[in-house]
Amino acid sequence: MKQPNSVPSSELMLRETASQTAGPYVHIGLALAAAGNPTRDEEIWNEMARDDAEGKLIEVVGTVIDGNGDLVRDAFIEAWQADSDGKYQLEYDQQKPFNSFGRTATTFDNGSEWSLKTIKPGPVAHASGQSMAPHINLSIFARGINIQLQTRLYFDDEADANAKCPVLTRIESPTRRQTLIAKREEADGKVIYRLDIRLQGEGETVFFDF
Amino acid sequence: MQDDNKRFVARDRNWHPPAYAPGYKTSVARSPQQALVSMQKPSVSELSGPDFRALRMGPHDNDLLLNFRQDQSQGQGLPQGERIIMFGRVVDQFGKPVPHTLVEMWQANAGGRYRHKNDNYLAPLDPNFGGVGRCLTDDQGWYRFRTIKPGPYPWPNDMNSWRPSHIHVSVMGPSISTRLITQMYFEGDPLIPLCPIVNTLKDPDAVETMIGRLDLARSNPMDCLAYRFDLVVRGELQTFFENQ
Repeated sequence: MKQPNSVPSSELMLRETASQTAGPYVHIGLALAAAGNPTRDEEIWNEMARDDAEGKLIEVVGTVIDGNGDLVRDAFIEAWQADSDGKYQLEYDQQKPFNSFGRTATTFDNGSEWSLKTIKPGPVAHASGQSMAPHINLSIFARGINIQLQTRLYFDDEADANAKCPVLTRIESPTRRQTLIAKREEADGKVIYRLDIRLQGEGETVFFDF
Repeated sequence: MQDDNKRFVARDRNWHPPAYAPGYKTSVARSPQQALVSMQKPSVSELSGPDFRALRMGPHDNDLLLNFRQDQSQGQGLPQGERIIMFGRVVDQFGKPVPHTLVEMWQANAGGRYRHKNDNYLAPLDPNFGGVGRCLTDDQGWYRFRTIKPGPYPWPNDMNSWRPSHIHVSVMGPSISTRLITQMYFEGDPLIPLCPIVNTLKDPDAVETMIGRLDLARSNPMDCLAYRFDLVVRGELQTFFENQ
């Protein structure tokens, strides 16, 4: 691979492979069931927690909305979250009752909502030593998104922790912090948190660089 | 790693495509208008990521010539098209191999048709081609797939836009910070410089990082050609002097 002669480092450093959009058919590659295609024995999908997982079982749902206010019906989302003790389970293993990693998608079929069955994460320590409020890291990929958009989902029933979270409070605009806070609902005895991700314009979701 | 004792080289967001790249029309309404919020001190949330060594894969997960085969009898049920090996190494920006990381790919068939219900291009599906693969890199960072070379296809962007032949490639790397989705193009394809998606990149050197190179030495004579596509993910550093 060709590399440029000038590199922004004292060491000879390679440039990162450039990002490209995941395109309109990302589902056939990374979300086979959502594409309606045959699946393999093990797929990485949206059931991060089984019923016997430790912690509080929750469902996390939402839509993705573009700058016109229209539903994005071909998004692909990856989730990364700590377990109920605030520890990341690094080893992905479908034999375990809980995995820190999951995937979900919106499609043209199902009301265009993404959803994750998971547990509510515990608080995680920030590099500064402070505690971060419980959160789920989300990466959004889709046609028209040239490099993934990285965001976090927080919980509206964690107001005290949210107010002190060193990441949430880094967002200068308190109004914009609200775009990351999922709203609790209850339906059929299930606890559901809803977060709509707005890619652009009014109520635009905060996206991070890290 | 659960600790915060590492960091990744910052992403050069002028090297990557910008969110808003109006030549690629869909990006116009799908790009944030607000600035990204930079986390000055990434935490374990960003510095860690999943390890997929325990994911159970099928024997043909990285072989697209066999993993959608309808007729299993000898010599039957192979997809139409140019048989190729696609292989490469995943390294970080310091050249360090990234072992045991998940590489996934998906693509159209030889005629440029995807096995997806929304793709209604008139080129037909291939009954023996699904277009999906995955594998883990080995302990030296190498991955390989066997597939057929995808065809170009038209798409509704400009009045006459065609995607170059490409394979979508997804790599995790050691953390969610290194997570990358890109596309591999094929060396010498004259559609590459005409493509609005390729041209979301401003730096021609960045485009070079997405081009798979013909590698005749790694081909199988009388069987299939080979293309090499190395992936570079963000460099991993240990942190020093971060605490007072």
